[in-house]
Amino acid sequence: MNAKMEINNLNFYYGDFKALKDINMKIEENKVTALIGPSGCGKSTFLRTLNRMNDLIEGTRHEGEILYEGQDIYSPKVDVVELRKKIGMVFQKPNPFPKSIYENVAFGPKRHGIKNKAKLDEIVEKSLKGAALWDEVKDRLNTSAWALSGGQQQRLCIARALAMEPDVLLMDEPTSALDPVATLKIEELIDELKNNYTIIIVTHSMQQAGRISDNTAFFLMGELIEFGETKKIFSNPSDKRTEDYITGRFG
Amino acid sequence: MSNLKLRKLKNKIFHGLVLSSTLFALIVLIVLLSDIVMDGYKWLSIDFFKNFTSRFPERAGIKAGLFGSLWIIVITASVSFPVGVGAALYLEEYAPKNWFTNIIQINISNLAGVPSIVFGILGLGVFVNTFGFGRSILSGGLTLALLILPIIIVSAQEALRSVPKDLKHGAYALGCTKWQVITGVVLPYAIPGILTGTIISIARALGETAPLIMVGAVTFAAFTPESIFDSFTTLPMQIYSWTSRPQADFHNLAAAAIIVLLAVLLTANALAVLLRDKYQDRIKG
Repeated sequence: MNAKMEINNLNFYYGDFKALKDINMKIEENKVTALIGPSGCGKSTFLRTLNRMNDLIEGTRHEGEILYEGQDIYSPKVDVVELRKKIGMVFQKPNPFPKSIYENVAFGPKRHGIKNKAKLDEIVEKSLKGAALWDEVKDRLNTSAWALSGGQQQRLCIARALAMEPDVLLMDEPTSALDPVATLKIEELIDELKNNYTIIIVTHSMQQAGRISDNTAFFLMGELIEFGETKKIFSNPSDKRTEDYITGRFG
Repeated sequence: MSNLKLRKLKNKIFHGLVLSSTLFALIVLIVLLSDIVMDGYKWLSIDFFKNFTSRFPERAGIKAGLFGSLWIIVITASVSFPVGVGAALYLEEYAPKNWFTNIIQINISNLAGVPSIVFGILGLGVFVNTFGFGRSILSGGLTLALLILPIIIVSAQEALRSVPKDLKHGAYALGCTKWQVITGVVLPYAIPGILTGTIISIARALGETAPLIMVGAVTFAAFTPESIFDSFTTLPMQIYSWTSRPQADFHNLAAAAIIVLLAVLLTANALAVLLRDKYQDRIKG
């Protein structure tokens, strides 16, 4: 197996509160890794350490290392701007910018120095196609992104992340604010995207984890209880707590 | 049942009370305005705008005051807007949350409540004397800029704080630097609020007299300023000077000047509303 990211002995603190305890995990390339667990178990915190979004919260700190292509992402040698370019993120609530559809997708590339209009057009089209949104919006690229439906907005946010040509895509419960039809579309998209990207997704829905992921990590109170192939975790978990959770006995 | 009746009665009484508060404010305003309009409208003419002040009421006009006010406002706006927005950006986006930032914050809020005459004394000491700008437009404009700076900072901070965290994080997650997040997401979203606060503050500066008396605005000016180092008068100064004369005609002239000043202020406020709506449309599309 080819590890894209490797997390070694990761501890994470909000002030005095220890939110993650001694996490060890290997993220496989071109696979979907699902993070599951009850609310407050640390799965979202863990996801946000992977592109250092937690840096934005004051009073947080970490111990241990997170290797991305063999390099610790918290090392002073790593530029966080470059890192986030490589490791894109899609949020729980669709958060398109109050700009046109086109400007939303072109936002990242423009700010990383691409000025050529033809090149930007190409990136926008490719990214929207990649997010399976192109056919629905190609005739109204200059209308406001806020006029789109929730599901379309979320796919636009995926397109926005794809426009940076990332390597890894982090998704924080990307379908929790969407209806079942929109959810299905996003799930199909994720299945498509894993051919080119390594995807790590936080989800509250065990069914979703079962449907779309190759590997699953089960978190409980800041600890990684079990990590392995999704098939195995769901059919034959080795830890009693995992079994209790996925069979719906708590959480 | 009687309890319900009592509650309904209380409800009606309270409704009447708040309504009469509103009516009271409105009636006082209408009486004041109609009094001014009655006194002043006869004196409004083209000549009133073209003439300087004079010993003879029929030849007196507001040209000097109008031009002086415009000059002052240009200086005030061009200093207070960038400095105010800059300070607000620093406090909201850059400053660490510690005791020092807190002290600055509390001081700014307090400064917004300091009487304007105090700013006049400061302007006299700092700009007129220490910096040697004299009793000039520059001194007056800078003094008014200091006066409205705290209000601009506080209102710009409010506007910046209203930018959703989601949007900022979205931009950070695309690998934007802090400056790119500010210019790309924060400012475009906050600009309607910032502009509204700024224009309302500038309208306030436009009506100020006390600090300008301190920095030495003249009351009898038969000239328009030609540079920022010239002496000046402003509309409120002109009004103040005319009302302090004994002749009734000058009081009516003052009323006419008040009409002009009110028209300018209302235009400024209307502009604020228009700008806000325009940018809001662009955001919400």
